[in-house]
Amino acid sequence: MNRGTGGGAVAAGFSLLFFSFLFGPLIIMVITAFNSSSFPRITPWECFTTEWFAVLFANDRLMSGLLNSLVIAVSVVAIAVPIGLAGALALSELSSRLRAVLYTVLITPILIPGVVLGISTIVFWGALGRGVGAEYGSFFFDGMFLTLAGQVTFISAYAMLVFLARLQRFDPILTEAALDLGATPGQAFRKILLPFLGPAIGSATFLTFLASFENYNTTVFTILSGNTFTTALASKVRHGTDPSLSALAVIIIGVTLIGAIVHEAHTRRKEVLRTGIARRSRIYGNPVLKTLVHPLTVFLILAGIAGLATWQGTRHDASVCKQQVLDDKRARQQELLEEQRRKMQEQQKTTAPVSAPAGAAGKANPSPFGGAFSPNGLTPGREEPAPADAPAKANPSPFGGAFNPNGLKPSQ
Amino acid sequence: MPGGNPSGIHQAFPQSVQPFFESVMATKDIVLDHVSIRFGAYTAVDNAHLVIKGGEFFSFLGPSGCGKTTLLRCISGFSDPTEGRVLIGGQDMKGIGPNKRPTALIFQNLALFPLMSVSDNIAFPLEVRGVGRKDRRKRADELLEMIALPGVGDKKVHELSGGQRQRVAIARALAVEPDILLLDEPLSALDLKLRHHMRTELRTIQQQVGLTFIYITHDQGEALTMSDRVAVMNAGVIEQVDPPESIYNRPKTSFVASFVGESNAIEGKVASQAETLVSIETPLGRLQGQAAGGRQYKAGDDCILFIRPEQLSIGDGLPNAVTANWVKEEFEGNSRQLFLEANGVPLRLSRVNLGGTADTRSGAVVPVGFAPDQAIVLPHGVLAGA
Repeated sequence: MNRGTGGGAVAAGFSLLFFSFLFGPLIIMVITAFNSSSFPRITPWECFTTEWFAVLFANDRLMSGLLNSLVIAVSVVAIAVPIGLAGALALSELSSRLRAVLYTVLITPILIPGVVLGISTIVFWGALGRGVGAEYGSFFFDGMFLTLAGQVTFISAYAMLVFLARLQRFDPILTEAALDLGATPGQAFRKILLPFLGPAIGSATFLTFLASFENYNTTVFTILSGNTFTTALASKVRHGTDPSLSALAVIIIGVTLIGAIVHEAHTRRKEVLRTGIARRSRIYGNPVLKTLVHPLTVFLILAGIAGLATWQGTRHDASVCKQQVLDDKRARQQELLEEQRRKMQEQQKTTAPVSAPAGAAGKANPSPFGGAFSPNGLTPGREEPAPADAPAKANPSPFGGAFNPNGLKPSQ
Repeated sequence: MPGGNPSGIHQAFPQSVQPFFESVMATKDIVLDHVSIRFGAYTAVDNAHLVIKGGEFFSFLGPSGCGKTTLLRCISGFSDPTEGRVLIGGQDMKGIGPNKRPTALIFQNLALFPLMSVSDNIAFPLEVRGVGRKDRRKRADELLEMIALPGVGDKKVHELSGGQRQRVAIARALAVEPDILLLDEPLSALDLKLRHHMRTELRTIQQQVGLTFIYITHDQGEALTMSDRVAVMNAGVIEQVDPPESIYNRPKTSFVASFVGESNAIEGKVASQAETLVSIETPLGRLQGQAAGGRQYKAGDDCILFIRPEQLSIGDGLPNAVTANWVKEEFEGNSRQLFLEANGVPLRLSRVNLGGTADTRSGAVVPVGFAPDQAIVLPHGVLAGA
């Protein structure tokens, strides 16, 4: 942006808005995780507490769902990544016409809604199971297996896309060169193509793991009566939320941040080593700083901070503060009750002498609610409108005057 | 350099001399036995038939798309000939993959492995043959020494300059001591200075290791300076196989005459022939030249007379005198190129620069001529770039 045209201020303002839009919800969610209020909110701030983490970990349904999710995600990675790689390799070897057809076939699972995939997975495996006469306890009717089967169908297509993108940048001449230099096709694959695909294998693993872990649409059907992390979360939210979900968000954000920072340290280090400016660099030339910015050191430091925070968190006891808040609340309640009582007594005192005219006025009120909403209904001390209303003697209230402002008077 | 035309490498090698092959098979000669390579209806290589001797620096020279790379891939084992045989050391190579042949190919883009260090690149052929790490490293260091790049072993490929990469690619190809090194225009990506330098270097390496080099190029300078023999190819057909001097001085087809070096081509009809001296009727009048290869012409045959620009000279009373008009002059440093025109035929005349300034005689009439034994008469045929 050009400073001279005032674009700088606009850009800064826009960036501010943009980032608050991006990170605002996250920040608020993180804060709510530490508020002792049993509904996730920032105001009123009650007490700093870490109890929601304990609540989170005490939730058996969520924890067993988490374990299921991890088992499924790891299995999906183990199956989908090799399938995706094989598919990508096959595509890159085929003639262009056949490639277009196969590409469409392989990509279709991504385009089909997850719900459809989920239902069709159950139907297919169920039919197959019944077809071979499998009993109900067999894997054909096992939620974990069905979820694995259902997720692999489309997640391996994700993996394939990642590999295809990388393969497009591979020079097939390199494989030819390896063959010419005496490598067998297997050696050429292992020593030349596979190392080249290394980064793609890494990102495919990451992507498929996340895709499996966060999948809901398909899983909610295929998991049957079981639970994964996402389905457990969803049902929990349906039954009303509490800040333990915010606590979960804090954990996820923390893990992501540590991962991102370590990754950044790794890329920067690699870049500096690659360009060979390490010796001239102020940071990488210094032995202490160099060790400090090593990805492993960064990871250890961040993990240490996280560990320390967790340890401090488990020792934190908010019960005193919460008791205080509870006491305050009780006192406030008491106070309100007292005030109410006092008001009513005052009311009784002022209304007693003029009860007759007020009653007359009430009788004259044509309101179906017995004059409850009459502007003067709550000011019985005022006499002026009474004569005007007097002629209308019969009360038309269908409730028989039950809501008459003076209806409670005799009981006091 | 072997002089003349060694036996058995003529393109029209007769089928009847088949037993000849048996005598050369004992050595590491490469025999292309009536090799044709077709892709569908397209013929990439048409009946290539020659013997490349062990230890020879042999070049295939031709414009791009002439089939020379296809032929090279066939020799290295990436494809099999549609017809004919490829024999290396007397053994038919059919069905033998590139990893089992005693050939090493240096690719046009070198195909160095970008993820490996220089040493690992050079030692790759040893690695896949199960040679231990220590021996690999030792051999790689030896080869780096040989290509005059000691100490770069731990660098990555992209840290090297173009010329260094070139040499690393050669070292890698030499790591397992192949019998034949195939080079597919390996110098085309280098700048001019480096290219000239690498020519000398390649030739030195070849003489040092004594291998057969088969070199593919479209650059006649490379082919002529480095090779023992050159095969000139056009449209899948090998037009001529000869030592460089014969290729330049005694072209056998109109394509070779026009493709290798500069030539003035003057079309005409044969008027008469006396022994090797042919008189032809051209738009520039009656001219005389040598009949290439002692060929006999009949009167009225379509033919082309080729005369090199450096063999045209200016002056009165020269044989084959032609009166030409001055068009322009180009200065090329070591020479001056005069562009002339005579009766619609463009002529080019080259003069060594001996100092002095350019003549600017645009439109002036210049008498030129040439000695009949410098000019070559060939039957009418395809011209390069036409």
